[in-house]
Amino acid sequence: MGQIKVANPGLMTTVQDLGRYGYQQYGVLVSGAMDHVAARLANILVGNDDNEGLLETTIMGPKIEFISSAVIAITGGDLQPALNDKSISMNKSVPVNAGDCLTFRGMKKGCRSYIAFSGGIDVPVVMGSKSTFLKAQIGGYEGRALKAGDILNIGELKTFMSDIVGREISENFYEYGSSIVELRIVLGPQDDAFTENGIETLFSNEYTVTNNCDRMGYKLEGEKIQHKDGADIISDGIAMGAIQVPSKGTPIIMMADRQTTGGYTKIGNVITADLPKVAQAKPGDKIIFKKSTLEEAHNLIKGLEYKIEQVKIQLSSQKIKEIISTKNFYLTVNGNPYNVKVEELKN
Amino acid sequence: MYEKTKYLISGDSALNMEFGNSINEEINKKIRAMTLAIETQNIFGIIEVVPTYRSLMIHYDPLKANYYELVDVLKNMEKNMDNVELPAPEVIEIPTLYGKEYGPDIENVAQHNKLTVEEVIKTHTSKEYLIYMLGFTPGFSYLGGMDKKIATPRLQSPRTKIPGGSVGIAGEETGIYSIASPGGWQLIGRTPIELFAPKRENPILLKSGNYITFKSIDEEEYIKIKEAVENGTYEYKSYPKEDGGVDYGTN
Repeated sequence: MGQIKVANPGLMTTVQDLGRYGYQQYGVLVSGAMDHVAARLANILVGNDDNEGLLETTIMGPKIEFISSAVIAITGGDLQPALNDKSISMNKSVPVNAGDCLTFRGMKKGCRSYIAFSGGIDVPVVMGSKSTFLKAQIGGYEGRALKAGDILNIGELKTFMSDIVGREISENFYEYGSSIVELRIVLGPQDDAFTENGIETLFSNEYTVTNNCDRMGYKLEGEKIQHKDGADIISDGIAMGAIQVPSKGTPIIMMADRQTTGGYTKIGNVITADLPKVAQAKPGDKIIFKKSTLEEAHNLIKGLEYKIEQVKIQLSSQKIKEIISTKNFYLTVNGNPYNVKVEELKN
Repeated sequence: MYEKTKYLISGDSALNMEFGNSINEEINKKIRAMTLAIETQNIFGIIEVVPTYRSLMIHYDPLKANYYELVDVLKNMEKNMDNVELPAPEVIEIPTLYGKEYGPDIENVAQHNKLTVEEVIKTHTSKEYLIYMLGFTPGFSYLGGMDKKIATPRLQSPRTKIPGGSVGIAGEETGIYSIASPGGWQLIGRTPIELFAPKRENPILLKSGNYITFKSIDEEEYIKIKEAVENGTYEYKSYPKEDGGVDYGTN
């Protein structure tokens, strides 16, 4: 069991996995990583299950001191990570030693980074998930965002270091940080609550991300979308990426910490393959909406899944780090024989 | 209720079955039936369902389920719904200590409705309230069926923190704060039981389609129950609804 110490939590750093499912009908939010693809890739890089707990950090990253050695990987938005003041690569697994210090120099592309630790983060699984649900103060680390002084346990390496150190994802999944973000959406469930003009407005105008954007949702500014007959409905379920349009007429994209139900009309829903683009958008970014179909959206999910599977196959079949020496030890502990293999890696 | 249920696309990983455009027990009954049917049949690709006042959201995994096939499966289930025998809804008893610091606004409610505090308690405890849906916070239920005799507008200025378990009235609605949160409801009492306990085997006590009823308790019972809840030895009391959930005798 390893440990890390939070010297400075940054703006907002929480433990997340891919979400808490099965309790939405009881009013329990899904939570989970905003950028589900980046979170999965970070875990894959360090040899974890896709759904393992990791850190999500926003805009201003944390300062983390390593109490013990580990292998880490940082994916998602580029907040310019550095180890002991030296830049380190994104999308690559990096070995760290006890005493090392991870910092972030500032937002360069996108706004949310994911930090995965080999062996995962050892926090209790609450209702099937390690994700932090801030409002109910459950999950994650003590149900809250990290604070200075927190010490988190990280898991043990499940494999040999040589299997994971130096793993790199060369393929580009998303181009974060473009000033215009194109989001494909499928219409519904309440697209019929809008005038033809209203729907046309949504697709023919640029919207701007306001300062009101967080894990719950993104309020946008721009041309007002016209309703036929009011913006309020009898509350119903809200899916990830739903685009609510309240009577004010400007859209709100509902994200990971969205409430399970709501009473505003939903004109459409961002497709799953484009959700990471929302997660990495920041105040001031421009958004344009493009009409998609269910078929296209489903094909894109399948394509994305195939690409992730390919990455897994590729990474597991290559040993990048050169092994300088291998030593085998035969130990007996409490009467049980152990076969221990020690690999020394070229640094 | 619509003649034909609407199947609405809600993104690429959810769909919404919409049964009508009003809040009534008939629609809720249909939603409850569909929810239970889906939950017992364990349909491949369905992640979870979210029943609300007049619709049922179905979250699915598009890598496992084809949307159009899933809709066909659901339509078939709907057709066969009349043949499915459902267990009667449960009525869950909520022991509640009314008044004092537990329900600081009970005098407001009494004065507003020209009743005595005893009459408010008697009215509030005389109903079985239908749980239409849960939302807002974990375990918070939207209830139907409160007697209009005790309806009271919300507080003019909301409280910043209300303890979990507080029982309140807002307009023509009554409800229980499931966790500590801010709010503007007129507080009339508090229950020592936990509607939301993340570490309990069933973290959430209430389910939409079931009913709750309030039972007036004194301070001694309140303390006893609270202790039992904390020790995990409290036995939650419930009974099957007598008339199978068809109850229009409200207001």
